[in-house]
Amino acid sequence: MSRIATRMAELAARGRKALIPYVVAGDPVPEMTVEIMQALVAAGSDVIELGMPFSDPFADGPVNQRGAERAIASGMTLRGVLDAVAVFRQTDQTTPVVLMGYLNPIIAMGEAVFCQAAQAAGVDGLLVVDMPPEEEEGLVAEARHCGMDMIYLAAPTTTDARMALIGRATSGYLYYVSLRGVTGSSQLNTDEVSAKITAIRALVDAPICVGFGIRTPQQAAEVSRLADGVIVGSILVQAVEDHKDQPAAVPGALTALLAPMRAAMDRMEVSGE
Amino acid sequence: MAQALSESELRNMVYEPDARGHFGPYGGRYVSETLMAALAELDRSYQSLKNDPAFQQEFDADLSSFVGRPSPLYHAKRWSDAIGGAQIYFKREDLNHTGAHKVNNTIGQALLAKYSGKPRVIAETGAGQHGVATATVAARLGLECVVYMGADDVERQSPNVYRMKLLGATVVPVTSGSRTLKDALSEAMRDWVTNVESTFYIIGTVAGPAPYPQIVRDFNAVVGREVRWQSQDLFGRFPDALVACVGGGSNALGLFYPFLNDTEVALIGVEAAGRGLSTTEHAAPLSVGRPGVLHGAKTYIMDNADGQISHTHSVSAGLDYPGVGPEHAFLKDIGRAQYVGATDDEALSAFHEVSEVEGIIPALETAHALAYTKTLAASMRPDQVVVCNMSGRGDKDIFTVAKLEGITL
Repeated sequence: MSRIATRMAELAARGRKALIPYVVAGDPVPEMTVEIMQALVAAGSDVIELGMPFSDPFADGPVNQRGAERAIASGMTLRGVLDAVAVFRQTDQTTPVVLMGYLNPIIAMGEAVFCQAAQAAGVDGLLVVDMPPEEEEGLVAEARHCGMDMIYLAAPTTTDARMALIGRATSGYLYYVSLRGVTGSSQLNTDEVSAKITAIRALVDAPICVGFGIRTPQQAAEVSRLADGVIVGSILVQAVEDHKDQPAAVPGALTALLAPMRAAMDRMEVSGE
Repeated sequence: MAQALSESELRNMVYEPDARGHFGPYGGRYVSETLMAALAELDRSYQSLKNDPAFQQEFDADLSSFVGRPSPLYHAKRWSDAIGGAQIYFKREDLNHTGAHKVNNTIGQALLAKYSGKPRVIAETGAGQHGVATATVAARLGLECVVYMGADDVERQSPNVYRMKLLGATVVPVTSGSRTLKDALSEAMRDWVTNVESTFYIIGTVAGPAPYPQIVRDFNAVVGREVRWQSQDLFGRFPDALVACVGGGSNALGLFYPFLNDTEVALIGVEAAGRGLSTTEHAAPLSVGRPGVLHGAKTYIMDNADGQISHTHSVSAGLDYPGVGPEHAFLKDIGRAQYVGATDDEALSAFHEVSEVEGIIPALETAHALAYTKTLAASMRPDQVVVCNMSGRGDKDIFTVAKLEGITL
């Protein structure tokens, strides 16, 4: 069983929902990435989504794009992302790490070379934003051969037929994009999300984690009632930006955002609401 | 990469994308799931409308009465004589309403928007020609129009920015990334993802996710179809060579596409070689790039060793783009078209020469095609014919050229 599947099964057994933060590797500086990952775990995260910075992230909003620009400007490379995961793995063998990003840097490295290096570094899953299940059978085969989960997105506009296709393709979990728009968009209707998750469950076996637009502990708690996990991204990347001139303060700033979310999600589970 | 094909294979080839929009290994739909439903809907509506007589009739009528088609095929006799080689003809897309080939596509896509019931259109633009063409048809059809334009391009193409505003469009300067066309395209895609139910995204070139490369090619193919009958009328046969500039590649593909099976007609696309193909300051992915994925399609792109998209340079904003339409990538690999470069200096020299010798001020984009046309014609016999796509007029560029040459207007 993959590290992601193991973690999701453990959580399910304990009635706990996954808290999944997203940060961009190398943001604000590459030297801080491992320490930031460790802080995310200490704040109660169950899986880490680590962004592979790309120059043209057209499915992301301006906050995440600036995060990627900072990372690239400070010298982060795809090889550097893998190195950071390898160092993180020296002290943490249980927290799954999912690399999230765009296809072109992977093509530039070579799909087979990348997958082997990612496996060696201790990466557990890949989420390639601009690669729907219809494209790039080569990368998918390599990733599976290297024991990595391929995580796919589903959106409010995804039809039932496509949802079933995505459900067959995804492993580890399904990333449900809870609103129309790019990362960091504002309005989130948790009732709408809840209804949609119920519909997706009928078509998809994998755990369902929900992201886009989750900013407050209350939203995290509401979404976690029906979903298997809550993904938090732009609000964290914004916090990194707010502390970009004091990189040493970033882990504390992220902890201050995540810990109340963790607490709110756990309260919801205890009270069984 | 795709294999080179023999002449008989090229002659018998069916140049259509597969059901998922691939041209050989290129093209496809490399987008976030958030866009897949919109692209599928666009594909369905296009595949049904393209054979709908009412739609085609309305498109043809607009091309005739609003754009002014057919555009002439003009014998550039003085320039041909001065060069002393092949006879050069210009396909006068610069005479279209709004001054470039771009309007052929925007008319078609705005009609698609109208037939799909979308009240709002968005577009990206580099030189501003596509933005102006989009704003123009949006005004005519009463559609709300938002145009994304790199902040640097807003500055170097200010006359077109003002034109778009006169036409009632909102121009949004894009300050992210390199502040040019690629960033405008990213920003337009973000808008589309967010407003997909009310909004039709009018992409300006044969790039982007399927079905856009096919749609934009088909709407521009009127250019090549006219050249087929015009060349028969004027000199009784097809030209020996067709030359066009290639940024994303829509004017080139519009000219080439109806001739793809006529292998006796050479097809040459001219990329922006900027300060030279041996420097890093150019915009020539087919000449010196490699296959990758950008803005929703697999194609030739310019990126660094780590797969980050390169900043490009060209004197012409419309060619300043690190990718190219996927069908061009395919035509290059199979050997049906050739791709060469023209530098900033070569383009500027052709810009002046054609202005002075033929009385036509070409767009700086077009001047790249003219620069190579001169080289090619000089190597050919006077009984041979080269058709160069005069894809746009140069009025928008006179301030850029004057500034480069230290002239204050």
